Amino acid sequence: MIQLNINNKVYEVDASAEMPLLWAIRDLVGLTGTKFGCGMAQCGACTVHVDGTPVRSCSFPVAAAAGKKITTIEGMTEKIGEAVKKAWIELQVPQCGYCQSGQIMSATALLKSKPHPTDADIDAAMQGNLCRCGTYQRIRSAIHRAAEMI
Amino acid sequence: MEKSNNTHSRRSFLKVSSITGGGMMIGFSWLANLIPNEAMAAAVASKDWIELTGFIKIFPDNRITIISPNPEFGQNVMTSLPMMIAEELEVDWTKIKVEQGDYDTPRFKRQFTGGSQAMRTTWKPLRTAGATARLMLLQAAANEWNVPLAELTASNGFINHKATNKIVSYGALATAASKLPTPEKISLKKNGEFSLIGTPQKNVEGSKVVTGKSLFTMDYKHEGMLIAMAIRPTAFGMKLKTFDATEALKMPGIKDVFEIQVYKDGYVKAGFDTRTFNNLVVVVGNTTWEVMNARKKVNIQWEAFQPYKEFAGAGNNKREDTIPAGLESTDEHLKQMYEKQQVQGKILRKDGDPDAAFAKAKKVIEKTYSAPFLPHNTMEPISCFAHITDERAFFVAPIQIPEMMKQSITTNLDIPAEKIEMKLARMGGGFGRRAYGHYIIEAGLISKKMKAPIKLIYTREDDMTNGVYRPSYMVTYKAAIDEKNNVTAIHIKGGGLPENAIHENRFPAGAFENYLAEGWDIPTNITIGAFRAPRSNFIASAEQSFLDELAEAIDKDPIDFRIELLKKAKANPIGKNNEYDADRYIGVLELVKEKSNWGSPKNKHAKRGVAAYFCHNSYAAHVLELTMKDGQPVVGNIVSALDCGVVVNPEGAKNMVEGAIVDGIGNVLFGGLRFEKGVPMQKNFNQYRMIRMKEAPKKIEIHFVQNNIDPTGLGEPPFPPIFAAFANALYKATGKRHYHQPFINDLNKS
Repeated sequence: MIQLNINNKVYEVDASAEMPLLWAIRDLVGLTGTKFGCGMAQCGACTVHVDGTPVRSCSFPVAAAAGKKITTIEGMTEKIGEAVKKAWIELQVPQCGYCQSGQIMSATALLKSKPHPTDADIDAAMQGNLCRCGTYQRIRSAIHRAAEMI
Repeated sequence: MEKSNNTHSRRSFLKVSSITGGGMMIGFSWLANLIPNEAMAAAVASKDWIELTGFIKIFPDNRITIISPNPEFGQNVMTSLPMMIAEELEVDWTKIKVEQGDYDTPRFKRQFTGGSQAMRTTWKPLRTAGATARLMLLQAAANEWNVPLAELTASNGFINHKATNKIVSYGALATAASKLPTPEKISLKKNGEFSLIGTPQKNVEGSKVVTGKSLFTMDYKHEGMLIAMAIRPTAFGMKLKTFDATEALKMPGIKDVFEIQVYKDGYVKAGFDTRTFNNLVVVVGNTTWEVMNARKKVNIQWEAFQPYKEFAGAGNNKREDTIPAGLESTDEHLKQMYEKQQVQGKILRKDGDPDAAFAKAKKVIEKTYSAPFLPHNTMEPISCFAHITDERAFFVAPIQIPEMMKQSITTNLDIPAEKIEMKLARMGGGFGRRAYGHYIIEAGLISKKMKAPIKLIYTREDDMTNGVYRPSYMVTYKAAIDEKNNVTAIHIKGGGLPENAIHENRFPAGAFENYLAEGWDIPTNITIGAFRAPRSNFIASAEQSFLDELAEAIDKDPIDFRIELLKKAKANPIGKNNEYDADRYIGVLELVKEKSNWGSPKNKHAKRGVAAYFCHNSYAAHVLELTMKDGQPVVGNIVSALDCGVVVNPEGAKNMVEGAIVDGIGNVLFGGLRFEKGVPMQKNFNQYRMIRMKEAPKKIEIHFVQNNIDPTGLGEPPFPPIFAAFANALYKATGKRHYHQPFINDLNKS
């Protein structure tokens, strides 16, 4: 059994040590806001925070997350996360929406480390998050908008 | 208001029923005569014009729910379709709840997401649905108060009688209204008189999306649900020979490993029954990770297949296709296509005497363009939930064309149509890929075998290497130019695997006295299908690049040159069946010229390219600005002009245009799946380059032509012309023209 602290709640999961955190969160804990996109840390759909740092949960062994503070999109309730979600709605970012959990997790982490990012900061921080619908410009604007709100 | 001409016949009917707790539920079934004949004739697919159902629930406490019948994959129909009903129903949009309709084509009549048809085909039926309900509620109030209907007004979910100052909610009238006969004459607002249509409205599912709550098929859960994955041949041209699951079955959490055959032998395919591979080995277990691991332990032998036949269509349209054997490669494909360009193709259209014009030409410009197979790469890989029991066949499916799945499900799963129940999950992207519902059959077969609820999951590698790809194409454009720099003939010749992309009746046909279009095709065993603006997405890239080069050769401005040709085609159209409306085409070119300050660009450092196209009934033109940095193109501002008639929801419409632009830039620059001996050479995003944040345009400015033409669709039209706008700007920035997609290959060489 591995103990996981997800969104300030403790879960006991029966998983092999190398199971990716993504599948522990989705299949064993049952939180499905974190998405599966590629399974090799190339698309960012599975982004969660581990001790405040954004990680690609599809390539992060569950054992390495034990004892750490994991935050998923469902737990994005502090000030910055709320501002990001609000900006996402205000600027109507999502199209299909599948990648947006990961985009919001990456954007929130960026704003935590850089409260007023430049376009270049955003391009660098968001480079690992694919959006097949092409909402990139709106994501850029929404990050600036969230920065204003915070 | 005016009396509209869409009075429906006595045969059309309105289903009204009471719902639990009182209130009324109105379902509309519209028959063929609802939409005028001209719209019927112009409709693309055979069923597009027919019946459509809106669905409205009115509760006694005046809550109103509108059910959106079409599947949602990010094009925002779940907001814009209900807006049409709400406009005529006269309700407060901010209080409306929207629900996604389940699969129930007999009730909704049309459940099809594709071909940029949603707005166009629902425009009259859905507004008529709203108006019919409003009229019945008005009649109920008139009866209750014993006043003439004409003295009543309906707004914001209430009916008001001004003279007596009486007011009543729709909710209070719903039961009485549901007992009234369906009105025979319905008046609709004229275009231009709307209060909700044309106003920007936010996506009704926005808050669910940003909190991770949206129901995608991948997220679906069910008591006792097992996870299934399939193993498919490693190469196109191969099939299953034998497998040994001994080791896989010993792995933790694994329930079973077995073979399924997706389509039955001799199955006659309906329109979208395209599959990748037919005989699959399936691994079923408790969790995704366990199944992924066990899948690696199955020992499988594949073998090359012999040519075989597939059957499709019905009656006189019955068809037999031979699927060729062989392990195909991209290099071989290119060689085959160049060879086909050397021999006579099938004549698709001929005006005047092109041979004579070319013989007399002072100068001939000839350019060849090509593009590779493209995987759709939807962000949500393919998945499907199925639970088949004796009582029902229940699916949760991400499917663009639920209405066309019946034949395949009933035949290949031996399930009677009345037992099919399907929830239409929000789709994590579609772009055409999810029109091909073979995965519904796969999931159904697995559930039947396991006698359990199962969710079939494709990994990214499964999704990319078992695709229903955009075909690979080639085309040559040739122009004859006389001594006065007039273009005297155009010759278009091209084809692809397995189809050509030529639209012989589209512009520039009609603008040249001498015109020839020829096509050919090469069979392939690589599965292909619709990809956002099928065929147009390639042919526009070639045509609009060629027109740019041609304009330069005869010393004309590229926008003025196009407008001049269109004016000529309008004043004196050559040939028959020219498909486009020259005025609307000119309209978007003039608008983009004005809005982009074409004559005096603001940014003197950036280079600009222009392109325009007509497809799926709408017109689009883009001006794209580009600079080079470290040998790589950096896209700056883009100005777009669109004519898609009335824009129902400008917010959603702009989002879709932006999406098409980014999609096009990504594909022209990076898109392309290579095959070697039948094996797709890119399997995941580490090998397949997609457009990312850094390459996205800095700014996209969108302008819609303001008119009162009925909506003509927008999901696809902005996509085809962006390829050439990019190519033409790239030429201006580098001095080199690019002909073969993806351009990154050439850029990295130089």
